Amino acid sequence: MKTLVSRFWQTALVLIVASGLILLALSGYLHPLLRGVMSPLVGVQQWISSRYIAAYQFLTAPRDMASLQQRNLELERQVAELQAQVIELQQQLREAQVIYALLDFARAHPQNQYVAANVIGRDPSPFLHYVIIDRGSDDGIRHGMPVVTSQGLVGRVDAVTAGAARVQLITDAGTIVNVRLQNSKVEGQVHGSVTGEISLEMIPQDTVIQLGDLVLTSGLGGTYPPDILVGQVSDIRKQPNQLFQTAVVQPVVDFSTLQAVLVITNFRPIQLAPLIPTPIP
Amino acid sequence: MLADWLAFPLLGGLLMIQTAIISRLTLLSGSGDLILLALIAWALHERVRSALVWVLAGGLLVGWVSGMPLLLPLIGYGLVVALARMIRRQVWQIPLLAMLFVTFWGTLIYHALTIVVLQFSGSPLPWESALTHVTLPSLFLNIVLAFPVYALFNDLANWLYPETVVKNA
Repeated sequence: MKTLVSRFWQTALVLIVASGLILLALSGYLHPLLRGVMSPLVGVQQWISSRYIAAYQFLTAPRDMASLQQRNLELERQVAELQAQVIELQQQLREAQVIYALLDFARAHPQNQYVAANVIGRDPSPFLHYVIIDRGSDDGIRHGMPVVTSQGLVGRVDAVTAGAARVQLITDAGTIVNVRLQNSKVEGQVHGSVTGEISLEMIPQDTVIQLGDLVLTSGLGGTYPPDILVGQVSDIRKQPNQLFQTAVVQPVVDFSTLQAVLVITNFRPIQLAPLIPTPIP
Repeated sequence: MLADWLAFPLLGGLLMIQTAIISRLTLLSGSGDLILLALIAWALHERVRSALVWVLAGGLLVGWVSGMPLLLPLIGYGLVVALARMIRRQVWQIPLLAMLFVTFWGTLIYHALTIVVLQFSGSPLPWESALTHVTLPSLFLNIVLAFPVYALFNDLANWLYPETVVKNA
């Protein structure tokens, strides 16, 4: 009986002490004591943790580096592939834009039949302004057919093989194109030159030419169809002691970046040679 | 004999590079002439016995592709190669210097002939304009291109005509 009573009082004492400690802790009276006890423990815990993490990183880092390097190489290869694809797509886009422009031009001029061709080369001689295209007599190309782009006149077919043709540009020194000025309706000739500039010749002195006047083919002579844009007057050279005035014409076609052209296949140039009288001996 | 057979495919390949690339790389209106340089380098090599087939191949290929009169490249290249063979036999012992010398005079000769022929064939070329805008820039480009072309064709000629060593008994 006595043992039971003392055990009861022991338990009660423990509960009272525990409750007291809890109440003291909750009320904040034990903070200094707890801080003093916990700080070394936290320091030890931090030291153990940091050493463990360092050891873990030391042990696992080489494997991660290798996998990262491999991943990096894979990504670099993917980037290179994607860049190559971007360049290829940009090239295709440029080609598509050229083709769409040519298609628009062909739709806008339904009276003509066209064969599209790529420019694959230039004349080896720097004195001549010719280009080589990848369509020939197998595609219906014939000598003398006019060649255009969506901007305007390019030239005419000078020589043909089965799979390719040579085109004499309007900038060639041997080219003469009969033209007219859109505003004044005056007719003249556009001559090429060795430097690639084209000039408007045979314009009477009394004709008023203005900068920016559009120059179109006149169709005279039967070499080119009429009303194809050739260029724009960019400078006028008028000397009173000469019979005709001349003007510099800025071509509408950029011949330095010519990529694709259209050959007008339903236009046949007129051969004037039989009509020119020859002297009878 | 093998060298003669190689003339057409080699010069044909060079002509493709010329029309597709070199003719687009212009300085003013001038451009380099790979065929001319190849013929000069070939003709200057000490062990090349004959350059006649190469002149025929180069002249005919260029005459066929170009808008120039057919015989003009043949005659022009023939004259330049004749100059190169004369220089090789009589004067020069330093091939690279000879290459530059013949490139300089060969370009001038070939261009002068071209201007004269084109004048008579209906393409009026003003001398001054042709000289300043075409010939002088082409001359510069040809001299720049002469070094790699010489190295290439010198190696080719060495391979086709290996040096023979005579042993005295």
